[in-house]
Amino acid sequence: MRYLPKSPADREAMLRAIGLRSVDELFAPIPAEYRLSRDLNVPRQMAESEIVDYFRQRSRENGEGYTSFLGAGAYLHYRPVIIDSLISRGEFLTAYTPYQAEISQGTLQSIFEFQTMICELSGMEVANASMYDGSTAAAEAVMMAVRLTGRRSVVVARSLHPEYREVLATYATHQGMPLSVAGFGADGRVNLEEIEKSIMPETACVLIQSPNFFGTIEDVAAIAEVAHKHGAMLVVSIAEAVSLGIVEPPRQADVIAMEAQSFGVPLGFGGPYCGVIATREKYVRQMPGRLVGQTVDKQGRRGFVLTLATREQHIRREKATSNICTNQALMALMVNIFMTVYGKVGLKELARQNLAKTAYAAAQFAKHGRVLFSGAPRFNEFVVETSEDPHAINNRLLGHRVVGGLPLKKFYPELGNAALWCCTELTTRSAIDTAVGLVAESEGPGRSAREKAGLEEVAR
Amino acid sequence: MKYETPKARLQVNQNEGLIFEKSSAGKAAWKLPPLDVPEVNTSTLLGAAARKDLGNMPEVSEIEIIRHFTRLSTWNYAIDLGMYPLGSCTMKYNPRVNEAVARVEGIANGHPYQPEKISQGALHILKTLSECLIEITGMDAITLQPAAGAHGEMTGLLMVRAYHQSKGNARKKILIPDSAHGTNPATAAMVNYAVENLKSDSRGMVDIAALEAQMSDDVAALMLTNPNTLGVFEQQIHKIADILHAKGGLLYMDGANMNALVGKVRPGDFGVDVMHLNLHKTFSTPHGGGGPGSGPVAIKKILEPFVPTPVVVTKADGTLGFDYHRPQSVGRVRAFYGNFGMFVRALAYIQANGPDGLRQTTEDAVLNANYIRKGLEGTYDLPYSTPTMHEVVFSDKLQAKKGVRTMDIAKRLIDYGFHPYTTAFPLIVPGALMIEPTESESKEEMDLFIEAMKSIAEEVEENPQTVLDAPHSTRVSRLDETAAARRPVLRWKPGF
Repeated sequence: MRYLPKSPADREAMLRAIGLRSVDELFAPIPAEYRLSRDLNVPRQMAESEIVDYFRQRSRENGEGYTSFLGAGAYLHYRPVIIDSLISRGEFLTAYTPYQAEISQGTLQSIFEFQTMICELSGMEVANASMYDGSTAAAEAVMMAVRLTGRRSVVVARSLHPEYREVLATYATHQGMPLSVAGFGADGRVNLEEIEKSIMPETACVLIQSPNFFGTIEDVAAIAEVAHKHGAMLVVSIAEAVSLGIVEPPRQADVIAMEAQSFGVPLGFGGPYCGVIATREKYVRQMPGRLVGQTVDKQGRRGFVLTLATREQHIRREKATSNICTNQALMALMVNIFMTVYGKVGLKELARQNLAKTAYAAAQFAKHGRVLFSGAPRFNEFVVETSEDPHAINNRLLGHRVVGGLPLKKFYPELGNAALWCCTELTTRSAIDTAVGLVAESEGPGRSAREKAGLEEVAR
Repeated sequence: MKYETPKARLQVNQNEGLIFEKSSAGKAAWKLPPLDVPEVNTSTLLGAAARKDLGNMPEVSEIEIIRHFTRLSTWNYAIDLGMYPLGSCTMKYNPRVNEAVARVEGIANGHPYQPEKISQGALHILKTLSECLIEITGMDAITLQPAAGAHGEMTGLLMVRAYHQSKGNARKKILIPDSAHGTNPATAAMVNYAVENLKSDSRGMVDIAALEAQMSDDVAALMLTNPNTLGVFEQQIHKIADILHAKGGLLYMDGANMNALVGKVRPGDFGVDVMHLNLHKTFSTPHGGGGPGSGPVAIKKILEPFVPTPVVVTKADGTLGFDYHRPQSVGRVRAFYGNFGMFVRALAYIQANGPDGLRQTTEDAVLNANYIRKGLEGTYDLPYSTPTMHEVVFSDKLQAKKGVRTMDIAKRLIDYGFHPYTTAFPLIVPGALMIEPTESESKEEMDLFIEAMKSIAEEVEENPQTVLDAPHSTRVSRLDETAAARRPVLRWKPGF
């Protein structure tokens, strides 16, 4: 086996040193009736070339070469080449959690820089070293608000990512945290009156997303005012981190729960991603997850350590702020490098391109379908309502190797034939024009049933 | 001081400040293509939501970024440099083909919501890995959704709770041995179960009499690590399972130490009802400085109705798809389907090994731990003489007489070119030295390790101060953790 660095003679010599005759004796502590006396039924040992072939084949069956208009919490942005060059260095890739600070200063300093940049971009004062993803970060942020306020219930915007809402519901079930949902208005923004009506004396926090699931930017200041007036905290989820380059961050929030995947983490069919929680300094001791702090060594030199560990499970056990141990450190390093590459000016320009492409696309779609929620500003996503079922439209698009917007009926039956479309800096004008043209076929007159049937055949 | 060890010697190491200290206006490492759609007016489109300023974000060039992170990287220890004997962490070799296949276009750029008909490749990977892990654990079904071991524990206990609830009583508590990892009790609390500690016996195993006394209709499950954190296989495992099952409880296995078992024995065969795996331990996905991990949960049939949604199914036309309609499901624990990139790597690892390689891997891991035990027995105190599987736990009892504790020995090991072992854990061994070499170490590397540990033990006798002041060879000496916690500085600010 090519990963094992021992010759048969080495194994013999080691057994002799231990005083054993055979390897079987090492497994004698396991009762004989449970010892496996056959081969595991898993694929036979494969050569490296066979493994590469296997995954190339899977790749060909997995949307390789398609142009996509999907966003909805997972975004395709350009990943600068140096991200993979740097994270592939074994000293980052194959290092453990930096508990031994003297030989982990590289990881520790990079996390300190990550925490700093997340603070700069989010308008918060402290950020942790990462959470699993945006959905679990949102759930943990809510539990943090519950601990901070001593209240138990939560008001959740219906325009929060539906899968984030599902995750929160799972986490809340056994914490005795009642959830109530506040709907959205004709402009796609959360209904303020519903929020206000839903807040009870035991409401710990209001949880919204901005830009929300429809791409609409919420009026965070107004929502914060309502929440704070009633003694509740405001937790804001940000699923599209690139928006922070051009959209004012939710500074009025008490806790921000982010998904930073947009910053250099591959789509990867949904993970691994990079959740983060950021908050005010005064709340840091209720924050879950690892934190890196600056300190000095015995000679007074600057150095970094994992700190405030008394919040964590390995010290506090059942009284910890969370059970989280392993986080998403390597993804946080990708995010860190991405933020460093684009920096103060690049992030703004990047976000501006996203905004411009989306404005153009929304205007083109508006000529043929109904673009919903036009009354409020949006970032890089928009909702198009068509007369034809968007699944049928998408089937037609697939025949042209285009993946259309996400049909929303599954999550929002009330929106009927609506789909969520996304454009990033990588979406070309010609791709937008092609997609608009194909959507227009069902919306405009003159498309024959035969033509439709033919295209759907290609889609299969 | 003994710097010229056989394994390592000093070399010059580059200094590097914080990235913010290199920033100046006008430098850039990015270039966007020309915009092919009309320019937009940000303030018209966004109004009050338009952002004015990005604060203190850096402005640096590409070569500066490459040097910055490369210099930082040289301050880290890594598996790629040498032995990383952290007990219960299973720091094994991370094969590079895993990284290559995870970056193939359709796998790296697959969108989680792309239509199922163009997701067959990803679905096939989910299905194949699931089947392999079910076979390896001897269980009946699995969910890959949890993002890490602790997340898997939570998912497992949610299923335990749902199972008991379906029988009309969710029960009140979880039994956890005193040797358990801290995530176990923290997880039980998240699922709103009370934690009751279970004592270990003189051999470091579950005290069967205590278990019998503590087991009641209020106990939902026992969370057991097997082999436990002493590296000891619970020889009475079936008795343990019987005691739980007799009173309707379930046996949860923390699979952190699965590297001792793969291909040799299957938890499903010895009475386990639910368990999580750590793909970043047993199945070679990289630790990456703290994550990402992946914590699949394998279960027996009785728990299958409760798995998180969605579940991969084969549809009538033979293609694969997701089933979201699971009325008894505990719900989602994460958006999308889990840390898919880790599934790709774990499957590539299983393929590279095959059944024979997986078995040989386990045998080598156990052989290595026993070789180290033999090499250091007598030099360091061995509190439990019970047979060792994949890791061995010593204590600092002999060295403590000179005022040297486990953390000091660990820090001195750094000067000898090794990453420290796990210190002060498990809690049942005062001053523990917990050593897990994994299968990835050659005889030569382990001989160097044994020699280094013996040399440190001699130093403790002759010149304990050298050990107490260690490390001597690192960029920074021991850091003031108390000051860091008392007045936390968690971010850079201008004028620092």
